[in-house]
Amino acid sequence: METTVIKTGTDDKTWGGGNEPLKVSYGKMMMWFFILSDALTFSGFLAAYGFSRFKFINSWPIADEVFNHFPFLHGVDAPMYYVALMTFILIFSSVTMVLAVDAGHHMKKNKVIIYMFLTIIGGAIFVGSQAWEWKNFIKGEYGAVETKGGQILQFVDNEGHRVALKDIAVTLPSVRVEHENKNGIWYKSGEGLPSYTVEEIQQGFMQRKDLLIRTQILTESGEKTILSREASLDKLNKDVIGIVEGANLRHNEYGSPLFANFFFFITGFHGFHVFSGVIINIIIFFNVILGTYERRKNYEMVEKVGLYWHFVDLVWVFVFTFFYLV
Amino acid sequence: MAHDTAHHESNTKRIWNVFWLLSAITIVEVILGIIKPAFLVETTVISMKLLNWIFIILTIWKAYYITWAFMHMEGETAGLRRSVVWTGIFLVCYLIFILLTEGDYIYEVFKSGHKSWDF
Repeated sequence: METTVIKTGTDDKTWGGGNEPLKVSYGKMMMWFFILSDALTFSGFLAAYGFSRFKFINSWPIADEVFNHFPFLHGVDAPMYYVALMTFILIFSSVTMVLAVDAGHHMKKNKVIIYMFLTIIGGAIFVGSQAWEWKNFIKGEYGAVETKGGQILQFVDNEGHRVALKDIAVTLPSVRVEHENKNGIWYKSGEGLPSYTVEEIQQGFMQRKDLLIRTQILTESGEKTILSREASLDKLNKDVIGIVEGANLRHNEYGSPLFANFFFFITGFHGFHVFSGVIINIIIFFNVILGTYERRKNYEMVEKVGLYWHFVDLVWVFVFTFFYLV
Repeated sequence: MAHDTAHHESNTKRIWNVFWLLSAITIVEVILGIIKPAFLVETTVISMKLLNWIFIILTIWKAYYITWAFMHMEGETAGLRRSVVWTGIFLVCYLIFILLTEGDYIYEVFKSGHKSWDF
């Protein structure tokens, strides 16, 4: 029997079926609306970041001082160079993606393969860079002390250069030791001890006359306030209760813990998007190699995954601005 | 749109142009972010530094090019374009307005309240 297409007699009418209202395939339209909803999720995070920042507008950390590392340049102050490089890598992988889509329109399989491959490499480099950025942030650089009220105090010399805890602390005989498994029958792991005690820092600070304390409060010109020597000594001896090295979800040597929380959450969520984008790209990449879309006679899947990939780039553009520039 | 169904002419040239444009904007942003020109930091427009306004405008400009050129929004029908872009812009503006107003209010409470937060 011959296969027949059932004619309803309404094919040429608007409601006759088989109509694409927005002149776009179902999959592509749904990708657009998924992107819209995902964009709203990211906006929620970034707006919440803005909320917290406005709440602590006069004591928020300065991004230039936090993200100033560059691979193989130890101790060199390189504010934002690395993030700028990451941004370029992501924009470039967006370009190779759009070139892959373009090659797909012309059914040039080999070109699609090459461009998809470059896109995947770019994405992988970006995720790796983000991991490195996280590592530096978690490890910290100079260390700081925390007051009873949860304020962060940092140390500077009289020229305003930051001074690390290890250059301040004197060695005192310590009575506290970390509780280990072998020392007790009932073992409950405690918090690891910081490298220095508060007393060691206080002693060292008193011996080095050039040291001053820098608080988180921003001056009119947008710099952190540096206390006088007397005020510094007073603050250090009266209010300080702990040492902070690096950043985690509770303590953050760069300033407000909220800054660290939002950093981990937003760049983490974005990094997760990049990671899943890379995975989806790899799947499509193998489909292209296997000739799936050659047989299907269109490369629309490449276009759909391309939309997602550009969206990841789009989000990064905003994260870059609000975390590193503004 | 001029080429909605038959968009098979190659537009690699435009893609590269957009890439150079996006790179240029990013470089300008990074340079401004590093040198922070004093007059841009000191000038305040609608309760925010002029420099920050410049960053935000440049960012939206970049976002426009990514969406229109790379995601090919310019080739979609007006209906799809509006339902995606306007919905997003409206909701995001609303959210930002609400949250930033509230954040600023809480800042004022912290600053002028009777409790000290710095101890």
